[in-house]
Amino acid sequence: MNPPSTSQESQTGHGTGVFVGLPSFPVAARESTRDGQLRANLRHATHTIRAKRAVAIGELSDWGELRAAGAAIKDHTLAHLDHYLQQLEQAVTAAGGHVHWAADADEANRIVTDLVHATGETEVVKVKSMATQEIGLNEALAAQGIRAYETDLAELIVQLGDDRPSHILVPAIHKNRAEIRDIFRTQMAAWGRPAPQGLSDEPAALAEAARLHLRQKFLHTKVGISGANFMVADTGTLVVLESEGNGRMCLTLPETLISVVGIEKIVPTFRDLEVFLQTLPRSSTAERMNPYTTMWTGTTDGDGPKTFHLVLLDNGRTDTLADTVGRQALRCIRCSACLNVCPVYERAGGHAYGSAYPGPIGAILTPQLRGTATELDASLPYASSLCGACYDVCPVAIDIPDILVHLRQRVVQGGPVTQAGQRVTIKPARGHTTEHAAIRASRYAMGRPAAWAAAQRLATGTRKLHPRSLPIRTAKAWTDTRTLPQVPDQTFRQWWKQHTKNTNPDPGSTTPGGAR
Amino acid sequence: MTNTTGSSSRAEILRRVRQALGTTTATAAPTPEDIARDVPRDYATTHATRTPLQTADLLAEHLADYRAHVHRTDAAGLAATIARLLTERGSRTAVVPAGLPGDWLTDARALDVDVVTDHPGLTPVELDAVDSVVTGCALAIAETGTIVLDASPDQGRRALTLVPDHHICVIRPEQIVESLPQALPRLTPTRPQTWISGPSATSDIELDRVEGVHGPRTLEVVMVASDAQVTDFPG
Repeated sequence: MNPPSTSQESQTGHGTGVFVGLPSFPVAARESTRDGQLRANLRHATHTIRAKRAVAIGELSDWGELRAAGAAIKDHTLAHLDHYLQQLEQAVTAAGGHVHWAADADEANRIVTDLVHATGETEVVKVKSMATQEIGLNEALAAQGIRAYETDLAELIVQLGDDRPSHILVPAIHKNRAEIRDIFRTQMAAWGRPAPQGLSDEPAALAEAARLHLRQKFLHTKVGISGANFMVADTGTLVVLESEGNGRMCLTLPETLISVVGIEKIVPTFRDLEVFLQTLPRSSTAERMNPYTTMWTGTTDGDGPKTFHLVLLDNGRTDTLADTVGRQALRCIRCSACLNVCPVYERAGGHAYGSAYPGPIGAILTPQLRGTATELDASLPYASSLCGACYDVCPVAIDIPDILVHLRQRVVQGGPVTQAGQRVTIKPARGHTTEHAAIRASRYAMGRPAAWAAAQRLATGTRKLHPRSLPIRTAKAWTDTRTLPQVPDQTFRQWWKQHTKNTNPDPGSTTPGGAR
Repeated sequence: MTNTTGSSSRAEILRRVRQALGTTTATAAPTPEDIARDVPRDYATTHATRTPLQTADLLAEHLADYRAHVHRTDAAGLAATIARLLTERGSRTAVVPAGLPGDWLTDARALDVDVVTDHPGLTPVELDAVDSVVTGCALAIAETGTIVLDASPDQGRRALTLVPDHHICVIRPEQIVESLPQALPRLTPTRPQTWISGPSATSDIELDRVEGVHGPRTLEVVMVASDAQVTDFPG
């Protein structure tokens, strides 16, 4: 598939990074599901990791207890988030770090840009970070003349290919080895050291090419930018899990380190890591432990960066926290297990979700972080069959199907929400007014027995005239992929009345209208 | 929305958090009892009952699973083992942290390996030209096959074990723990830490693991047996 050239992001009204002009999920998915290569790549990758994850989790007899503890730690932290944020700030500052607060993407980008400018540097090395992806930091830096080099292998593939990430853990999951080799061959020279002559598509050779390409950048670049998997409130310790060593390079060798981290990444104590360091690697890469984890607290004389800045990012997280059903999405530790088991993700691919967060977690996170104002964001809660596999594998037990239904209700009915810290009441999303009207009508009828009975009689009496699909534009969309159920020739009430009159009641001997 | 900047965003974010939690004032600092009540910790401290030797075997097995090369020796054989590994690798230079026990490299020095002791003036570019690095560790976790470095004098600063392509790490028997819940209380959170589970690797190509990207591509772990283990299992 040709990568879309619209990798530029811009900011919408409330300052959230949005891929501009992206179609709604069903429109994008219609395209991507026709791409045989994409589907083959995704199927191969997700099935590989699924089987391995099951083995890795099978080793832990107390998986259920670890999962419950992880969820409880996150819930506890969120319930006291103002306290833990201040405690973290104090600990990081005491350890020699500088803490900045960013209410939205624009502000975070501005803070980081100013910090880089202050160093006098025009190049930065980056370790893969969902938060900086979410806010469109690379594009914001580029607009101010700062070049950001992605150093994670998959991020490098995406950056070199002018592509967009499609998976939380493996942003280039939609590319197979041959496609990656072609990108390296044609694009590496424009960004630095060219690919070796005669580069093969062996993963080891591709990894070696990435090592050679990035080595000089690691050794000489003065500013590193990262996110973090965890921030420990009581010690001010930040934690980054990774595999390749590019994270260690970015976190250790530069003189200045800037970390942009969502405010929900806090855990109260160092001990809490004993839970997440067991559940995250096994859920993510299906390993007992990822190859490298770095922990740092402020700055240390003679070891690592001399200057450390922490940018605490809200950007819709407090709005999500205000929703008592949806807030559990903030437990997410970005493992991507839910993507790997999702039948919708496996077929549609990550780009169709139109944000840094694809898959089931994206379908509940994006409409909460960004709101449901755009057609794309309003369509995301529907990007699911509600099969529940995502909930089963989630290491912090986020009830994704429950939130999906909750958000569908918001899309159809509107209602009170919090946007950028302000409480507002939103209208039903565009395109859902028919559904809204139908639900209102059914609520009216179901609340009035006589009207309900009359409507049912009318429906059975006219069953010969019913079409197999619906003609109205918005209703037609529903029957594009479904056949309308046939209405039985009598209503249950009619059958019951007749049945109890004619025969001795023997429940289960016959069923009304041929239904089960 | 209000256009917030700098310190005003701090106040605004804290206000939003409190509004979301249904309060207008700061939430009280949770006590350890609050945390204990909110968080059930009935998960396992370890996942099996093992003797120290079984734990050491498990560590060796899990390290090898992720392509670390594991070598077992006793205290008397340590210097010779390190020298052999450097020679087999063809290393001409090795960097060591300032606090590495002096006798670990005796044999290597005798074989004309140029042993450089780390100092603040050693730049990343200079480290890149060094063949190998030899360190101790803070502890090792058997269940996950993990070595933890905490920048103690026998481990040095983080760059030391990152830039050279070949890392030899020595684990002493008393440093081995079984599990994560056993490991964390023994660590000082505020020390810079590097947790290592096998050599550098990636799963970025078709979600399949390949060893060897930016960190040391060869990790050799030397496990020193305790005297008791040596008595039980000579050689």
